[in-house]
Amino acid sequence: MNKPISEMGWDELVPGAALFTFNGNINYNIADIQPEDRMYSETSSKSMSVGDWRVLKPVWNSETCIDCQNCWIFCPDTSIIARNKEMKGVDYEHCKGCGLCVSVCPTNPKSLLMFNEYETTEDALAKWPEKKKKGE
Amino acid sequence: MNKRVMELKSVEVWDGNMANSQAFRQADVDVVAAYPITPSTATVENYAMFHANGYIDGEVMMTESEHAAMSACVGAGAAGGRVATATSSQGLALMIEVLYQASGMRIPVVLCLVNRALAAPLNVNGDHSDLYLTRDSGWISIDAFNPQQAYDMTLMSFKISEHPDVRLPVISNQDGFMTSHTAQNVTPLKDDVACKFVGDYLQVNALLNFDKPVTHGVQTEQDWHFEHKAKQHAALMGSKKVILETFAQFKELTGREYKLVESYNLENADVAIVCLGTTFETAMLAIDQLKAEGINAAVVAPRVFRPFPLEEVAEALQGLKAVACMDRSAPGGTVGALFNEVSGALINTSARPLMSNLIYGLGGRDMTVAILKDIFRTLDKEARDGKLSGKIQRFVGVRGPELSFYETQGM
Repeated sequence: MNKPISEMGWDELVPGAALFTFNGNINYNIADIQPEDRMYSETSSKSMSVGDWRVLKPVWNSETCIDCQNCWIFCPDTSIIARNKEMKGVDYEHCKGCGLCVSVCPTNPKSLLMFNEYETTEDALAKWPEKKKKGE
Repeated sequence: MNKRVMELKSVEVWDGNMANSQAFRQADVDVVAAYPITPSTATVENYAMFHANGYIDGEVMMTESEHAAMSACVGAGAAGGRVATATSSQGLALMIEVLYQASGMRIPVVLCLVNRALAAPLNVNGDHSDLYLTRDSGWISIDAFNPQQAYDMTLMSFKISEHPDVRLPVISNQDGFMTSHTAQNVTPLKDDVACKFVGDYLQVNALLNFDKPVTHGVQTEQDWHFEHKAKQHAALMGSKKVILETFAQFKELTGREYKLVESYNLENADVAIVCLGTTFETAMLAIDQLKAEGINAAVVAPRVFRPFPLEEVAEALQGLKAVACMDRSAPGGTVGALFNEVSGALINTSARPLMSNLIYGLGGRDMTVAILKDIFRTLDKEARDGKLSGKIQRFVGVRGPELSFYETQGM
């Protein structure tokens, strides 16, 4: 693709609005390459920021997280960033704020909680609840 | 080609549905997904029988609705397979949403549409309500007038649909019952010849090509939706060239010649009807019989309904004094589609035949040789008088007082 799709004339577009995920052919093992190093195309969802759809954001607390990977498995938008089975954070460019990660988090207190968009991570962590006692 | 070959006689006795089924079988379709409905049921039923008897290497999917059937076709086509289905009437109506997906996504699909009236009132017989419902769907639409042509058109539909310059779905139409259930002599191709004619399926941006991951059916808003629809329309208009090439190759193979616009006795005619479907062949008989009365009449029918052969229709009608456009579909508050399109074809030419619009044959009401002879006699009188004998739009063959609309006076 030599020019942005938004500047192409009708004769230049791919028939049927088919969009390719990567630039070039995948004639190598893409699983060996981390997402940030992959050749995502301009029209791939990876290149689009859709974080502004969100009303509430999940904030991650590394102090209580046990790296169980539940959130990584359940996230419908692959917005949980993990490396070598360790939780690294949330991809706020693609997270839509559904809250599923929070509901599947098994720790006490939860290691992911929803906060207003305008709250900073520091403020959110400062408000983190204490561990609940049995019967609470 | 399917591993198991079916030995066919040089001339078979097939109805239009069997002609479709055999064309599907010979085209070596990867996925036929369908939800059978009268009168197209046997197209799928025969095909499923071939599958059960080991003649089909591909898949047969029985879906839960026509919407699902066409959705499965779009999915399998996007995945990279040759796909086909069949339906009629209400089934087509339920498919409509997905028809637009198929054409917009540029997925080749062959749909055998066995034309039937749309409810209400419920009716299983043949008229062109469903054919007309597909008018703006972006599909190529080809019409067969008898079982032989149904076989030929369905077979050719694959070749046209999958051509890299086209990549658009194709509807192979035939009249419900009049063609679909009338057994006639059909001269088929041998399996290997038919399969070779259709050729190998050429994958384009297939979902199952993991070397080039692709998304189909994307969202485009005001920034490039228009460009995509323009490209789609350009491909549909350009398909005329591929259709003509395919007709020419088919003629070389079989000797059977097809044109964008079919006609009979046009060379000598003063008057003509324009119609679709089986009415063409009935009109041929009426025209022959009227020669004794000194009436020189013709019948003209677009073989290809979409892309509409506007220039060829205009050229065909240049020498005529009176033309009746016969629409076999309730016109829904205006003139019939053929009247509109044929009149539009003529408006920039020097020819100005008297144009009338006859609504006929709804719900499978017979259009007989006798009625057609009366229609031609009326046209002949109009040509001699130099004016229409009534209003522009008239219902033909309906019981009750005369029903006609749109005056020519005062223009």
